[in-house]
Amino acid sequence: MDTVACIKRVPDTGAKLTLTDDEQEIDTSHLGFTISPHEECAVEEAIQVADDHDGTATVVSLGPADAEEQLRTGLAMTADEATLLETDGEEWRPRETAAALADALSGDAGTDPAFDLLLFGNESADVANHQVGVRVAERLDVPFVAGVSDLTIEDGTAVAERDVTGGTEVYELDLPAAVGVKEGLNTPRYASMRAKMQARKQSIERQNPVAGEFDGAIEKVRLEAPESTEGAAEVLGEGPDAVPAVLDLLRDDLEVI
Amino acid sequence: MILSLVEHAGGSPEESSLEALTLARELATATDAALEAVAFGTEATALGEELGEYGVETVHCVADERLDTYAPEAWAESVAQLLDATDPEAVVAPGTDRGQEVLAHVGAKCDLPMAANCLDVEVGEVYELSRQRWGGSLVEHARLDSNPKLLTAAAHEFSPETAIATAETTVQPFEPTLDESAFRVSVDRVEESDETGVSLGEARVVVGGGRGVGGPEDYDKLETLADSLGGTVGASRAAVNEGWRPHDDQIGQTGTKISPDLYVACGISGAVQHMVGCKGADNVLAINTDPEAAIMQKADYAVVGDLHEVVPELNDALGDGG
Repeated sequence: MDTVACIKRVPDTGAKLTLTDDEQEIDTSHLGFTISPHEECAVEEAIQVADDHDGTATVVSLGPADAEEQLRTGLAMTADEATLLETDGEEWRPRETAAALADALSGDAGTDPAFDLLLFGNESADVANHQVGVRVAERLDVPFVAGVSDLTIEDGTAVAERDVTGGTEVYELDLPAAVGVKEGLNTPRYASMRAKMQARKQSIERQNPVAGEFDGAIEKVRLEAPESTEGAAEVLGEGPDAVPAVLDLLRDDLEVI
Repeated sequence: MILSLVEHAGGSPEESSLEALTLARELATATDAALEAVAFGTEATALGEELGEYGVETVHCVADERLDTYAPEAWAESVAQLLDATDPEAVVAPGTDRGQEVLAHVGAKCDLPMAANCLDVEVGEVYELSRQRWGGSLVEHARLDSNPKLLTAAAHEFSPETAIATAETTVQPFEPTLDESAFRVSVDRVEESDETGVSLGEARVVVGGGRGVGGPEDYDKLETLADSLGGTVGASRAAVNEGWRPHDDQIGQTGTKISPDLYVACGISGAVQHMVGCKGADNVLAINTDPEAAIMQKADYAVVGDLHEVVPELNDALGDGG
C-alpha cells in the first residue's frame, strides 16, 4: 500500500512574529524552518501505514528549492521517496497548489492515482487556507475527510475519526482516499543522526510545475501583526508571598471563588 | 442575496453558525441584499423561527433523509446547485471543520476561490477582507474577486447578534439531484466520549502547565488548583511533546482553543503557537520564574515565582477557605 504525505516548508516561529518592511512576509532572517505540525503527523502516519502494509511512503512538497530541507526531514524519518515541486518562491494560492499537486499525483494516464492513501495536514501553520487537500481530492476524484484525529486501515478501507463536541465521528473511506490530519494523530518520530546522514544522500525527484490560470482570485494585499495588548501584566507579587493578592483577585475581581 | 450555511443539532442552530450568520447579515445589510440560509437534514425545517430572529428571510431546506447524517460532498453538491438556482453574491460558512470542508468542496466543484477564517469584510465589486493566518496571530488583508464569493467566518470572532427586526422567514424545500456517489463520504457512526467533567474548550477556568512544570507528576498540583476553581487542566505544546500530558490537553494553534473566564498559565513561556490558543481567555494569570518571559507581557496578571512553591501555597489557602 503506497502512501503520500504532502508537506509545506514554514517558518519555525517563537515568541514573536515580525514582518518584513513591505509587510508581505514574516521576517525569517532570524528564524529556522520546519514542517507544519499537523503535517509532521501526516508524514509519520504515511510511514507507519506503508510499513505495516508493505508499501512505499513518499513525501511531496510544493515550494521553493529550500523546501528540500523539509523533504530530507521526511526521508530521515524513513519515508522512502521524496518529490519537490519547485516554485519560484512566490506564495502559490490554493487552487494553483492543488492543481500542481493533483497533476503530480494523478498517476499514469487512465490509471488510478499514484497512491492508496494521501495525507495532508488539516491546514498549513502559516497561511491556513483549509482547502488544498479538498481541492486535490476533488481533482483526483477520491474521498476526503478533514480534521482526522485517528486513522486505521482495514481491508481496503480507511477508518478515520474526527473529534466533535462530546464524542467522535467515524468515517469509512474506500481506498484510494485522502485525509487532512491533525496533530495528536500519532507521535512523530525523531530522526536519528544516522538516518539524517543517510537522508542527505538520497535523491529527490524534482519537477517544475507551472502555475495554472483561474478565473477570480484571492490576492494578498499585506500582512498585519495585530495590535498586541502588551503592556506588561500587573505583578501581584513574588513567590508564595503573592498568594493573598491572588486570592483577592480570584474572589473580588474575577469572582471565580 | 447573501447565503449563509447553517449547521444545526436537531433543528437548533450551532453557535458557530450564528456567528457566521452575524457576518453574513453585515454583508447583506451593507449591500441592501436579502439574507438567506441553507441547512441540511429533515430536522432543518424547524430552523425557521430562530433564524428569523437573525434576519434570515428564506431558509433553503435540503430535507433529504440521507442528509440526516453529515456527508460533506453531498452538502457541497447541494450548495453548488443552490448557487446555480439562486445566484447569491456571497456564501458564508462557519469556520468549523464542517464549514471549511464543505465550502472548500464548493470552491473545487465550482472553480471558485475561498477566503477562510475571515475577520472583517468590506463589500464591493471586489471584497476587501481580513483573515486569520498563523492561527490568528497574524492578519492577512486580501482582495477577493469572484462571483459568488466564498467566505468562512473565523470561529469565536463574531458575537451572535439577533437582527433589529425579526424577519418573516420562509422555509423553502430545496431538492438537489444527488447521486449515490455524493454520499461516499458520510458519518458512519458517532462514538460518544466516556469522559466526564468539563471539556477544555468550554471550561470557565483553565490551569495550564508548560515546560516549567518539569514532569508529569507535578501536574497533580495543577489538577488540585483546577478542581478548587471548578476548572480543568491544559498544557503547552512543549509539555505535550515531552509526553507529560496527552495531546487532548494541548492549548494552542494545533491544539484546543480555549475561552475561559480565567486562564492560569503555569511555567509557560508564551510562544505565539500557545498564545493564539488562549486569546479567547478573559483574564490570564501567569505564574513564572522569569519576569522577562513573553507570557509576562501578554498576561493580565502575573506572579513572579516558582509554580512548585506558589501553586501548593495557593491550594492550601483555597483548601482552608473552602
